[in-house]
Amino acid sequence: MIELREVRKAFNQGRTNEFWAIRGVSLTLEDNRVTVLKGPSGSGKTTLLSMIGCLSRPTEGRILLEGRALSGLPERFLTEVRRRTFGFIFQQFNLIKGLSVLENVMLPAYPIGRPRGALETEASELLERFALGEKARYRVEWLSGGEAQRTAICRALINGPRILVADEPTANLDTRLSRDFMSIVRDLRAVGKTVLLSSHDPEVYDSPFVDRVVQMRDGRVTDC
Amino acid sequence: MPTWLLRQKYLIDFTLSSLLRRRAKNLGLLLVYTLIVFVLGSVMLFTHALRQEAAAVLEGAPEIVLQRLVAGRHDLLPASHLERIGSVRGVQKKEGRLWGYFYDPATRANYTLMVPHDRTIAGGEVVIGAGIARTRGLARGDFYTLRGQDGQPQTLRVADVLGSGSELVSSDLMLVSEDFFRRFFGIAPGLYTDVALTVRNPNEVRKIAEKLTLLLPDTRPILREEILRTYDAVFAWREGIVYVLLVGAVLAFVVFAWDKASGLSAEERREIGILKAIGWETGDVIRMKFWEGALVSLTAFLVGYLAAYVHVYYSDAALFEPVLKGWAVLYPRFQLLPTIDGLQVATLFFFTVFPYTVATIVPIWRAAITDPDAVMR
Ligand SMILES: Nc1ncnc2c1ncn2[C@@H]1O[C@H](COP(=O)(O)OP(=O)(O)O)[C@@H](O)[C@H]1O
Ligand SMILES: [Mg+2]
Repeated sequence: MIELREVRKAFNQGRTNEFWAIRGVSLTLEDNRVTVLKGPSGSGKTTLLSMIGCLSRPTEGRILLEGRALSGLPERFLTEVRRRTFGFIFQQFNLIKGLSVLENVMLPAYPIGRPRGALETEASELLERFALGEKARYRVEWLSGGEAQRTAICRALINGPRILVADEPTANLDTRLSRDFMSIVRDLRAVGKTVLLSSHDPEVYDSPFVDRVVQMRDGRVTDC
Repeated sequence: MPTWLLRQKYLIDFTLSSLLRRRAKNLGLLLVYTLIVFVLGSVMLFTHALRQEAAAVLEGAPEIVLQRLVAGRHDLLPASHLERIGSVRGVQKKEGRLWGYFYDPATRANYTLMVPHDRTIAGGEVVIGAGIARTRGLARGDFYTLRGQDGQPQTLRVADVLGSGSELVSSDLMLVSEDFFRRFFGIAPGLYTDVALTVRNPNEVRKIAEKLTLLLPDTRPILREEILRTYDAVFAWREGIVYVLLVGAVLAFVVFAWDKASGLSAEERREIGILKAIGWETGDVIRMKFWEGALVSLTAFLVGYLAAYVHVYYSDAALFEPVLKGWAVLYPRFQLLPTIDGLQVATLFFFTVFPYTVATIVPIWRAAITDPDAVMR
């Protein structure tokens, strides 16, 4: 369970261009649910997801993961929590060019130091599951949009996280691929994952596989 | 394999593939870097070897050499001088020496003819240095004919070729008997080229030299320490020239390396963000970049130093022989004895590998400590 209590986030604090992107959000997100943050561009969805996923810290307020406050943790522990708990699927996919599909998928596991054989087997199985088995040795630049996203999903899953975070996952996909993505989300939920999405795409927030929609505007939650 | 080792292995593997991904940039860098180490290493090895040789030459040299001057020119010294030196206290040993130069038109080189004190050479025999043996194609048992001061050809049998302990010393040497020497140069018995004096106490050398000039006003004492200082000055001067030339090259390299190593491209910045976002620690990113810098600079160091070693000891430092070895043109050709000075290697290592590695790490550290949320945008 993730709890947000009066979370606020300022950019460029103390300078003339100080900007409060999140202005007091309190929210409880339950396990094994698919939640969508919905709102116009600039409403603070990405900023909120980064803080929940431990990519950045709130300026004020607290975020609790399983009742444990993340705000006070030193960077190393925060990284540890991020690695074990969260898997990210970025809007731009953010695959590393020049490396193969397989290497990209294994990358998050390197700092853990698992034996190579076991890691490769697991990564290959993931790729098979997402119909990328034949592309394992491909360089990521050669992949289509849908394949690149499925590679990013495999990468997000390699360390076995409980929570998946996807920021505008369908922004670079056509309608058919967007629906495919939502069925993947359904499958992830079926195996017990918690999924957090942000989107202003009806294919996402109107999807039958979504449990809850959180409406945002100007750094505040207006409806949830 | 323990976990921490596996982690390092993953990091190194990833570093290697990163280096390969940016092949053109890294190869260019490696090349320039290697070249710099090569040139610096060559200068260091070469001057070190020359100093070593010079020290070897002078190690066996007498503390004082006494020459006779007539009208300001070096002249032969009569045996009566030798007897009078005997009265100077502190002189342990005195020896009248016979040596001279001989120009060989066939090889257009000057050889040094000498009557040795520590071995006797039979009348019709000669012992030659390795350099002469090489240029004239002579081996033990061969005959060697040379033309003396009276124009008559004289034939000697080569009894031995001097071992190449230190070739700079012995390369151009011809050891002959006293009889032959006097006949060949037309020097009457009782006359010597100069006198070598051995002094027991090094503190007395200057005092004795003063006494000698008073006792024998027509002579000039040459002290070993003075020769040493001259050698040193000559080497230091030549080294200086080369170093000045190098400073320019090194500066250019520093600018180049700093730019290449520290100028993080947008691409690299993005990659660091991605790695952090997917769970790499700041430390992992820095370690990975450390390996990158270390691999490039270590490779450059090893290859460059090895090339310098081959250049200096196996190709006679062909590239800058003209500058550094000017004083040794008398010699037909000599090979330096390979020596490596640990301190010198350490110095070179410190000034090449260390700054580069730092230059790669510092900007990475700055990029790596920032929040990784930028990749979300
Ligand atoms: N690093 C930053 N510096 C300054 N302002 C920022 C920064 N990141 C985001 N913002 C601002 O915060 C607001 C919320 O941005 P964001 O969370 O990306 O919105 P969304 O994802 O809903 O489009 C926007 O007005 C944006 O301009
Ligand atoms: Mg956004």
